[in-house]
Amino acid sequence: MTDPAADPVLQAFEARLAKGEKAEPKDRLPERYRRQLVRMMSQHAHSEIVGMLPEANWITRAPSLRRKIGLLAKVQDEAGHGLYLYSAAETLGVPRDELIDQLLTGKAKYSNIFNYPTLTWADIGMIGWLVDGAAIINQSMLAKCSYGPYVRAMIRICKEESFHMRQGYEMVTALARGTPAQQAMAQEALNRWWPPTLMMFGPPEEQSTNSEELVRWKVKLKSNDELRQTFVDQTVVQAQVLGLRIPDPDLRYDEDTKHWTIGPIDWQEFFAVIGGNGPCNRDRLRARREAHEDGAWVRAAAAAHAAKNPQVNA
Amino acid sequence: MPDGASQLTTPADFAFAGYLARLADSHLVLGHRLSEWCGHGPVLEEDLALTNLALDCLGHATVLLRLLGQADGTGRDEDQLAYFREAVEFRNVLLVEQPNGDFARTIARVFLFAAYALPLYEQLQRSTDAALAAAATKFHPELRYHLRHAARWMLILGDGTDESHRRLQEAIDAWWPYTGELFALWPDDPALIERGLIPHPDRVRAAWEATITEVLGQARLARPVAGMHMLLGGPIGRHTETLGYLLAEMQIVARSFPGASW
Repeated sequence: MTDPAADPVLQAFEARLAKGEKAEPKDRLPERYRRQLVRMMSQHAHSEIVGMLPEANWITRAPSLRRKIGLLAKVQDEAGHGLYLYSAAETLGVPRDELIDQLLTGKAKYSNIFNYPTLTWADIGMIGWLVDGAAIINQSMLAKCSYGPYVRAMIRICKEESFHMRQGYEMVTALARGTPAQQAMAQEALNRWWPPTLMMFGPPEEQSTNSEELVRWKVKLKSNDELRQTFVDQTVVQAQVLGLRIPDPDLRYDEDTKHWTIGPIDWQEFFAVIGGNGPCNRDRLRARREAHEDGAWVRAAAAAHAAKNPQVNA
Repeated sequence: MPDGASQLTTPADFAFAGYLARLADSHLVLGHRLSEWCGHGPVLEEDLALTNLALDCLGHATVLLRLLGQADGTGRDEDQLAYFREAVEFRNVLLVEQPNGDFARTIARVFLFAAYALPLYEQLQRSTDAALAAAATKFHPELRYHLRHAARWMLILGDGTDESHRRLQEAIDAWWPYTGELFALWPDDPALIERGLIPHPDRVRAAWEATITEVLGQARLARPVAGMHMLLGGPIGRHTETLGYLLAEMQIVARSFPGASW
């Protein structure tokens, strides 16, 4: 790593952060900071876009018109989040096309959780309650990070995600208070979604390569385990209210720390899924590639039309 | 339920209910088809836009199905009507139930339907059924957006590249035999027109023709030959086979959990 004393850009940058100021696109930013942020923001944008797929999978089967409309609007919000985040990443000089290309070629990552399948309607409730619930904890931290455009996108996204989480919890509530078949569907879905949701916060820091620098540059303000603990404490209580069982035989409340402790997490599975071997990695990328390839002629037509009619599109 | 919804239609008014079903089911099925695009659009902005159209259609369907449940005297709510009727009980026009096809087909269908729905709901604002008139007043500006959005894409695709032009022309040709049904006069309709509940379809067709002529011209598209045989049947429950699959998918969860609420 570069010694700050030997690098005036880095020195000025770290001095600004120390005063609690945000970095902005016009500032001279250290190259590594820029790269880390592009990586994080584009990963985040890709997660929103790929994350549309498992939920969109149930739009055509939603069991009531109110749920169908709610889910459609929710997935549309995720597309909107993708747009804000691609725009925020573009402030660092990388165009959206290039970022999308990185996704489609498998060079860029997206959240692992979306490599799991949605097998029943209850999964849609679980994604809202658990996955969006976990995402908000992470995103609330990012809303206080050091890069201005990311902060502003996050503040807006967090508001919508909070709504999604409440909507998901309300969906699960309807199932948990529903017929025995609905209750069984909810419990089965929780059993599947709980372990990968815990993995969303990433492995403990000693195994994470990016963390030290991110903490120093105020991109990451809390450790993965701290964030995970916040999620566990909040969610265990919510499950109890619903009468659903958290699928962890080791789960217990620690009177000393006032926290819920959980059993071991299968990080082998986590790394296998990151490595492309989750249940849906291939399907998700194929769906994105197909949409991109099938849409190529549409984008070409729009570009050709714009080129022929500069006055209309100015 | 808006005030006055059932004044003209209590008890059951089967002719009017049949007409409401034609409207409600057309919006429902078109909304369902458009919702299939969500997550798969050609560009992110258009994914958002197609989803907006789908949301509007499903919103319209919800309102109209509630009116239908009153008019047919059964008191069924929108979900009982959407999820627990068989294909032969659906009354949507055949145009909307066909699979989406490519983006050109999807846009061309929205265009053809919105160019019909906009003048239709313009006139339905003056229906003697207060609830339908109120619904029409609410839908009208949304349908104006549908038409504007679709017409914009008609111009882009018509003008863009040889491929986009060819695909759009194929789309218009493919949908054309389904357009006659939009303006068909069914046996129950004259009495409904007489009662001031619905407009005469010829009055809607005149506005549709004007829009079609203008936009096809601007997009340099050929209008399919006059006198083509038109496919009819949706409004009397004679559908194409694809509707059964659409409903099987749409209704599967609702029907798999008897007695459930969601």
